[in-house]
Amino acid sequence: MSQMTNLPANIVEEPSDRNTRRAFLAAAGVAGLAYTAALAYPIYRYLASPSEMALSAAAVTEVTLKDAQKLPAGSVLMFKFGPSPAMLIHHQDGRWISMTAVCTHLGCTVQYEPQADRIHCACHGGVYNPYTGANVSGPPPRPLKLFKVAVNETGVEVSRA
Amino acid sequence: MTTKTAAIYNWVDERLGLSELAAFARHKTVPVHSQSFWYYWGGISLFLFLVQCFTGVLLLVYYRPGAEAYESVRQITFVMHFGWLIRSAHAWSASLMIFSILVHMFSVYFMKAYRKPREFGWLSGMALLGLASVFGFSGYLLPMDELSYFATKVGLQIPSAIPWIGAGMANMLRGGPDVSEFTVQRFFALHVVVLPAVFLPLLGFHLWLVQRHGNAVPPCVEALPPEQRKSMPFFPNFVRKDLAMWLISLNILALLASVFPWSLGKPFDPLAPAPMGIHPEWYFMSPFEMLKLLGFVFSGKFATVGEIAGILLFTLGIVLWLLIPFYDRSKESGQRARAAHYFGLLAVFALLATTIIGYWTIR
Repeated sequence: MSQMTNLPANIVEEPSDRNTRRAFLAAAGVAGLAYTAALAYPIYRYLASPSEMALSAAAVTEVTLKDAQKLPAGSVLMFKFGPSPAMLIHHQDGRWISMTAVCTHLGCTVQYEPQADRIHCACHGGVYNPYTGANVSGPPPRPLKLFKVAVNETGVEVSRA
Repeated sequence: MTTKTAAIYNWVDERLGLSELAAFARHKTVPVHSQSFWYYWGGISLFLFLVQCFTGVLLLVYYRPGAEAYESVRQITFVMHFGWLIRSAHAWSASLMIFSILVHMFSVYFMKAYRKPREFGWLSGMALLGLASVFGFSGYLLPMDELSYFATKVGLQIPSAIPWIGAGMANMLRGGPDVSEFTVQRFFALHVVVLPAVFLPLLGFHLWLVQRHGNAVPPCVEALPPEQRKSMPFFPNFVRKDLAMWLISLNILALLASVFPWSLGKPFDPLAPAPMGIHPEWYFMSPFEMLKLLGFVFSGKFATVGEIAGILLFTLGIVLWLLIPFYDRSKESGQRARAAHYFGLLAVFALLATTIIGYWTIR
């Protein structure tokens, strides 16, 4: 600074003017950003509420299906496991199988076809094995996830494997 | 500007005429005088209307009209994150918008800004105020709680006092003889489709007129020779101050909405008695109280006469108010100008007095 004192006054003032101006603009910019964030955060949380609720629903590890033990052999019961559809199949041979009903291709809900003894997705023709959930033909890239099934006299308990 | 941005600007300018707009903004000025403060209230009203649109769309994301109306508002208020804040901001900005429109209207009135060539500005502004109050009335029912149920019930009694056609009209608005889920469904259609569809073009017309004729100055400034009048550039000076006003309004709104969240009453029940201390929103308090006072004057056998007389008197007052630009036309401050001034003072006094009496006598 000692060098600058010899310069004419108008030149000495200029850099500090520019500095205060820059500092002011920076502070205003930060305040503006903070303000925008304070407005945007509640709106984001408000709009995200259903997906947050679905997330907490997805934390479900067990579902009890009351009276589902009465499901006749060769038929299916659709139910919700957390936020997404799932199915409980009572096979002709008496086996109980439960798996997710969301196609691994593009997320359509699949259906159990007892006559053909297969699980079929009508959207793009994907086919799964109704005992193992394995993707048999069509576009699905992965098998359907199986759940654990426990049948008792009051209902059926389905839990994450 | 670098050559590239200049090229992009020129490309857009050739197609949209940006430089004409910029030239227009450069030449536009706003008068500066002791009453300039009142110029901001139209802008504040506009800002609060934009807040209404924005928060309204957010509420629309979860609101369900009809039989589920109350349940969906309960969800918005207590289940969705910050739903209470969005709803509160919508309700508070509605109140603030009506308030700032009223301030805007009275400032225009007392500055005599309705005179030639601004008659259409006055009329379209009054129509916007009318629509804003219908917005308020119809929106008030949508939560379907106790208060909204009785407010709508009482409010629709007023048109039903009109001889011959009144009862039919009220039934048509209600969708039946009593306020029900049919009412909330049609009020919803009115509130989010019909009213915006009418309000927006009218608002565009109003703003276009403001641009076309510029800001009016009060008669005392108009009397000055041109060299003594001061003005500031519209852009950026006035716009900057306008935006500062918007920011202040937003802060006041945020404060009110978060410190005094809008409540949700019990679900409506047609068999429950009206809750104690029930009263209309502040902007309906004055007409409500005027009708009530006239009801005291004409009681018993003459009650219907009183109601009809009240509606007639009220309508007459509004018609006179609307027609003021055609009565008080001359620039010279003659007898008519003074009469209009006193009429304005009387209106302010009547509105304030009846509002105060209304709140005073809440039981």
